[in-house]
Amino acid sequence: MTDVAALAEPRDLEQVRARRSALVKGARGAFWAAFCALLLAFPVIFPNPTVTSIAVFTVIFMTAATAWNAFSGYSGYIALGHAAFFGTGAYTLAVISTDIHMAPGYGVFSLVPLGGLVAAAAAVPIGLIALRTRRHTFVVLTIAIFFIFQLLATNLSFTGGSSGEATPAPAWSAGGYNDRFYYAGLVCLAVAVAVTLLIRRSRFGLQLLAIRDDEDRAAGLGVAVTRVKLVAFVASAFSVGMVGALYAYFLGQIYPQFAFDPLFDLSVALMAFLGGLGTVSGPLLGALLLEPLQQYFTLQFSASDLYLVVYGALFLAVILFMPRGVVPTVAGALAARRERRAERGRA
Amino acid sequence: MTPLLEVSGVSKSFGGLRALDNCSIAVAEGEIAGLIGPNGSGKTTLFNVITGYVRPDSGTVAFRGLPVPAASPAGVFRLGIGRTFQITRIFGRLSVMENMLVATQRHESWWRSVARSAASRAERGRAAELLEFVGLARFAGTPAGRLSYGQRKLLELAYVLVADPAVVLLDEPAGGVNPTLVNEIAERVRELNRAGKTFLIVEHNMELVMSLCHRVTVMHQGAAIVSGPPEAVRADPRVLDAYLGGEDDELVGAGGDARG
Repeated sequence: MTDVAALAEPRDLEQVRARRSALVKGARGAFWAAFCALLLAFPVIFPNPTVTSIAVFTVIFMTAATAWNAFSGYSGYIALGHAAFFGTGAYTLAVISTDIHMAPGYGVFSLVPLGGLVAAAAAVPIGLIALRTRRHTFVVLTIAIFFIFQLLATNLSFTGGSSGEATPAPAWSAGGYNDRFYYAGLVCLAVAVAVTLLIRRSRFGLQLLAIRDDEDRAAGLGVAVTRVKLVAFVASAFSVGMVGALYAYFLGQIYPQFAFDPLFDLSVALMAFLGGLGTVSGPLLGALLLEPLQQYFTLQFSASDLYLVVYGALFLAVILFMPRGVVPTVAGALAARRERRAERGRA
Repeated sequence: MTPLLEVSGVSKSFGGLRALDNCSIAVAEGEIAGLIGPNGSGKTTLFNVITGYVRPDSGTVAFRGLPVPAASPAGVFRLGIGRTFQITRIFGRLSVMENMLVATQRHESWWRSVARSAASRAERGRAAELLEFVGLARFAGTPAGRLSYGQRKLLELAYVLVADPAVVLLDEPAGGVNPTLVNEIAERVRELNRAGKTFLIVEHNMELVMSLCHRVTVMHQGAAIVSGPPEAVRADPRVLDAYLGGEDDELVGAGGDARG
C-alpha cells in the first residue's frame, strides 16, 4: 500500500484544522444571522419605493435562482425552461383571481402557494418526458417545452391571449405598497432555501449528487434515479411557480411574453453560475448582484435591453475566469490559505 | 443444488456484431468463479446483461433459481448482485465516505429520504469499517476524485460491499494496478470469500485468475466454451485455440469439436 501513504497526515495538523473549522463555523453562523436581519429590516432602512421595488424583484429572483439550483445545481441537469413554471404560477394567480372576482388585498396572496402547486403539477409530466434525455438534449428539450407554454398562453381562450390578464389592484397606500410583496417574497425565499438545505443534508440529496457525478453508476448502486430526478425537478418548479404568482400580483398585469420570458432562464442560470452552482449561498449572491443591476439599468437608461450586453459579458467572464462561480472559488482560496497557515503553525 | 447465479442461452447483438451467442454460465454459492477470454469475447457484455445495463435479445438470467426480470440496474443491485467496472466509476466530487453512503440500501419512500439525514450512525459505522478493511479509512473526508487509480479500485470494491450483496461481479479488478495493490485486492477477495461471499471475476492477469479462482470459464466469440478447475482449463487445448487461433473461426470450431 505504498501509494496510500502519500496523502497521510499527522495528528497535530488534524487538531489545528479542527480548531480552525470551529472558528469558521461560528463566523459563518454570525454572517447568516446578520444577513437574515438585514433582509428583514431592509424596507425599514430603505423606505424609498424605487428601492423597495428593486428589492421585490431581487427577492423574487433570489428565490427563483435558489429553486433552479436545487434541481440543476445538484443534479447537473441544466434546465433552461423554468420560465414555463414561472409563467404557470403567474397565470394561475391572474386567471383565478380574475375569474372568481377576488377582492384585492391580502387574500390574493393565498393564491401564491396555489401557483406553486399548479406549476409543480405541470412539472410532473414535463419531467417524466424531459428527464429521459441527458445533457444537451435535455437542455434543448426544456427550451422547447417552454416555448410550447408561451404559445399556449398566447392562444388559449382563458388566458386573455396577447392582451394578457390583469390581477386585482389593492388599494394600499404608496408608502408601504411594495413592503407587502417584499415580505411575501421573503416567505417564498425561506421556503426555497429550506428545500435546498433539506436536499443538501438528506440522503435524497446525496443520491442527487451521485447522479450528477455518474448517473449510470448511481443506478447500479440501487439509486432510483428517475424518481430522485423527478422529485427534485418538481420541488424546484414549486418554488419558481410561487414567485411567478407573486410577480403577477406585484405587476398587476401580465402578458404572455413577460410571464413566459426566455430571458428569465438566462438570468436565473447566470445568477446560479456566477454565485456557484450546487451551493446554497451561490444563487443568493448571484441574484443579489445581478437583479439590482438589471433594474438599475432599466431605470437609469430606460433602454431595457442594455443589461443583456452586461449579462453576456459577465457570462463570458464567469466561464473564462471563475468556471466554478464566486462562492466555490473564494471558499477554495480561503481553505487553501488556512491549510498553508496550519502547515506553517506546525513548522 | 441450484446455482446462485445462472445465465442460460443469452444472446445479444449490437448491429451486425454478435457480442453474446447462446452463452450459458453458472456460479455456485460460496465460490470464486473466473471468467477469461480474448478481448471482444463478450465478457463485459455478459456482465452488463447480468446487472441490467444491457437487455439481452434472448435467454434468461436467474438468481437463486428465480428469473431476474428485465430489470433496471438499480433493481438488480437491490436483489443482491453488485459489480465493479473495468474503468472504475466513482463519484469524483463526493467525499470517499459519501461515495460509500450512496450504496447504503434502505427501503423508504422518497419523502422520508428527503427528511432524513444522509446516513444513520450505524450506516456510517459500517461504511467506516469497510473503508478500514480496504485501507482507505484515513481518506474518508477526501474528495474521491483525488484518489489514485488503484485506490479508486479499492473504493469501488468497498462501496459495492456496503449493501452486502450475495454475489459480487468484478470487472478486471487488477487492470492498470501496481503489483502490490493487486495482491492487496486478491487478499481482500479471499478474505471476503472465506466469510461466505461469492465472486465472479473477469480478469486478464492469468496468474491472479489461476491462483484466486476455484473455477474458471473461458469465453470465445460470445459463448462459454470451457469451464472447470484452473488446472484443467489451463491444459485444455480449446483455450489455447481461442487465444491464439482466434482469427479463423472455422478452424477453431472444427478443432474444438474434433478434440472434444
